[in-house]
Amino acid sequence: MFVVKYRKIFYSLSAILMVVSLWAMFYFGFNFGIDFRGGTITQVSYQADRPEQTELDEALKGLNIGNHVLQPTGEQGYVLRTKELTNEEKETVLSILSQNNKNPLTVEKYDSIGPVVGSELKNKSYTALAIVILCIVLFITYAFRKVSQPVASWKFGMATIVALLHDVIIPTGLFIIYIHYNGGEIDVLFVTAILAILGYSVHDTIVVFDRVREHLRTNREKSTKENFETTVGKSVSETFGRSINTSVTIFLVLVALYFLGGEATQNFALVLLFGIIVGTYSSIFVASPLLVTLEKLQKKS
Amino acid sequence: MKKYRSWSVVLILALAFFGWFITSRFFPFRLGLDLAGGTQLTYKADTASIPQADISGAMETLKDVIERRVNLFGVSEPVIQVEGAGAFSRENRLIVDLPGVTEIQEAITLIGQTPTLEFRLMKEGITSAPTATSTLDDYFVSTGLTGRFLSRAILEFNNQSGGEPIVSLQFNAEGSELFSKITRENVGKVLAIILDGEPITTPVIREEITGGKAVISGNFNPQEAKTLVRNLNYGALPLPIELVGTQTIGPSLGTTAVNAGIKAGMWGFILVALFLILWYRLPGFVATIALSMYVLISLAVFKLIPVTLTAAGIAGFILSIGMAVDANILIFERMKEELKRGRSLTDAIHEGFHRAWLSIRDSNISSLITALVLFWLGTSAVKGFALTFGLGVLISMFTAITVSRTFLFALPQKGESKVSKFLFGSGFKK
Repeated sequence: MFVVKYRKIFYSLSAILMVVSLWAMFYFGFNFGIDFRGGTITQVSYQADRPEQTELDEALKGLNIGNHVLQPTGEQGYVLRTKELTNEEKETVLSILSQNNKNPLTVEKYDSIGPVVGSELKNKSYTALAIVILCIVLFITYAFRKVSQPVASWKFGMATIVALLHDVIIPTGLFIIYIHYNGGEIDVLFVTAILAILGYSVHDTIVVFDRVREHLRTNREKSTKENFETTVGKSVSETFGRSINTSVTIFLVLVALYFLGGEATQNFALVLLFGIIVGTYSSIFVASPLLVTLEKLQKKS
Repeated sequence: MKKYRSWSVVLILALAFFGWFITSRFFPFRLGLDLAGGTQLTYKADTASIPQADISGAMETLKDVIERRVNLFGVSEPVIQVEGAGAFSRENRLIVDLPGVTEIQEAITLIGQTPTLEFRLMKEGITSAPTATSTLDDYFVSTGLTGRFLSRAILEFNNQSGGEPIVSLQFNAEGSELFSKITRENVGKVLAIILDGEPITTPVIREEITGGKAVISGNFNPQEAKTLVRNLNYGALPLPIELVGTQTIGPSLGTTAVNAGIKAGMWGFILVALFLILWYRLPGFVATIALSMYVLISLAVFKLIPVTLTAAGIAGFILSIGMAVDANILIFERMKEELKRGRSLTDAIHEGFHRAWLSIRDSNISSLITALVLFWLGTSAVKGFALTFGLGVLISMFTAITVSRTFLFALPQKGESKVSKFLFGSGFKK
């Protein structure tokens, strides 16, 4: 099977993508949304034409609310990002935006989150990420506990960890590059998407591993001597179709979600799309060949 | 086969029933604030001044007090939750959902006051009933005796009057003195106990009370008396609250989001169905029926529980439509393999279900792990996603396996003709 045979090529491709992603993380940094760092987003729409942005910018600068970012949205609206506003500050800001009611407006959305709540959520997210990875690895190790020859069950777990890290790092990097050019934030929905990707990626990996397990069992029953490399290669090629097809159905719904599902979940769908593609790739081209590599390492030592 | 055929009929009837149920008015879908429009306020309660053991009781009372205030404001179906301190948070929080409210200034002012307990004398010569515009000061005179002077309230039962529940109050030293002075000077008058500006009980002073012990006897039932005791005990505690988060969503954004979600869901379903039918043919068609069943059962469950649907929740459900057919794909691929090995169609279907089960089970467990952790991560957006996603995994295991098995076995399986080979084949190659 070419996947196992040319595994070094696929490893290299993954390594390059990982390096690019890590570079993007350090170079562009994480643009956290207000749910993680605290702050206020105010979205308004005007009943008539919206006022000139420069006018509003000037007036907002006069306030003592620190830096602000004002962006037009839709036909007649603005989105304003500031530090967390108090109630009084909110009223002042709204009267500036409506130019003392000269331009009547409706508040479409007002999100204000304190910095403490934000940093808590950030810690919670990191923990959630760690817990999901840990649980999945433990579960895989448990599910494959009866496999011991020729690779120990924890090595299935190992290969899964590498695949999982791969599936966290690359979509994160791609998303950071995307938002650097198109705008967007790392918010709690992003974390949700990453966690969902983890669940999914392992889903696909299990299908291949399960086949390896089955082949190992039948080989043992029939006392067939077979190279581990051949077993894994056979398993990958037999499950290739279903790995791709299960991803295709998810890919299709995500495309629908991305294009039709509305603004609130668009970036969420995008991260998931990155994740489904990378996750399917990693199950076939990274996790399974890694089993072979781990077995080879074991033989050497 | 006969058995499977009758079950198939039952399933089709069930499909129709669920379809009717979902479009019916019964158990309407519950939409989250981000879809229905409204406001969520997050308060931090300052619990520094009270002992650890009293915190949860105090938070419950705070919740009651704020619930009362919100009801006063006339909000329909407010949801108020206490979020206790935990591993990630040292703060006790109160989360107040106000559906449909977007003008929040007044609500914030009303909610923001610290709960107060005070004792006031009723003015004499009051004959008219309170009107909407009358204030507390029109009826009651302040005595200076407040919850600050109360050390505790206890629920007791009056032995003389057949076990009627009474509430006894114990003041601290300073309070006892004040209380005895008030009662001495005002025998025969009404001394109202006012929680949050609302008289909760209006006992009459019968005699001077020294020693700082007062008894409120009224026509309480035990439950009322218990609530009163709790309110007195904890409502008396000053528990300052501070607004730490506000989220307001106007109704138009929500409506747009709902419509977009429905549209995306429908197209997602259509694309998946087309893919299944084009690739897997007859089994693909069966899987599409199972998928419709999945969609309808899930929506019915969302209505029944009820699950609060948010934009993220809808996204989770749409994602789960794509994942629900995973089990079918695993089964069909396995079936195809078994057919290639020369098994008969019936055997192949049996083996397909049997052998694919292990990988279906294992992979779904990993999805459930994710859903559980996400639920725990728990901001409302994430919870919505985790809930629809997790329920989706569970329901899809039933529909993808049981429902599609029933239909597949209900089909004639002669298996030798070209037509049936085509129908049960898949992909581009024969």
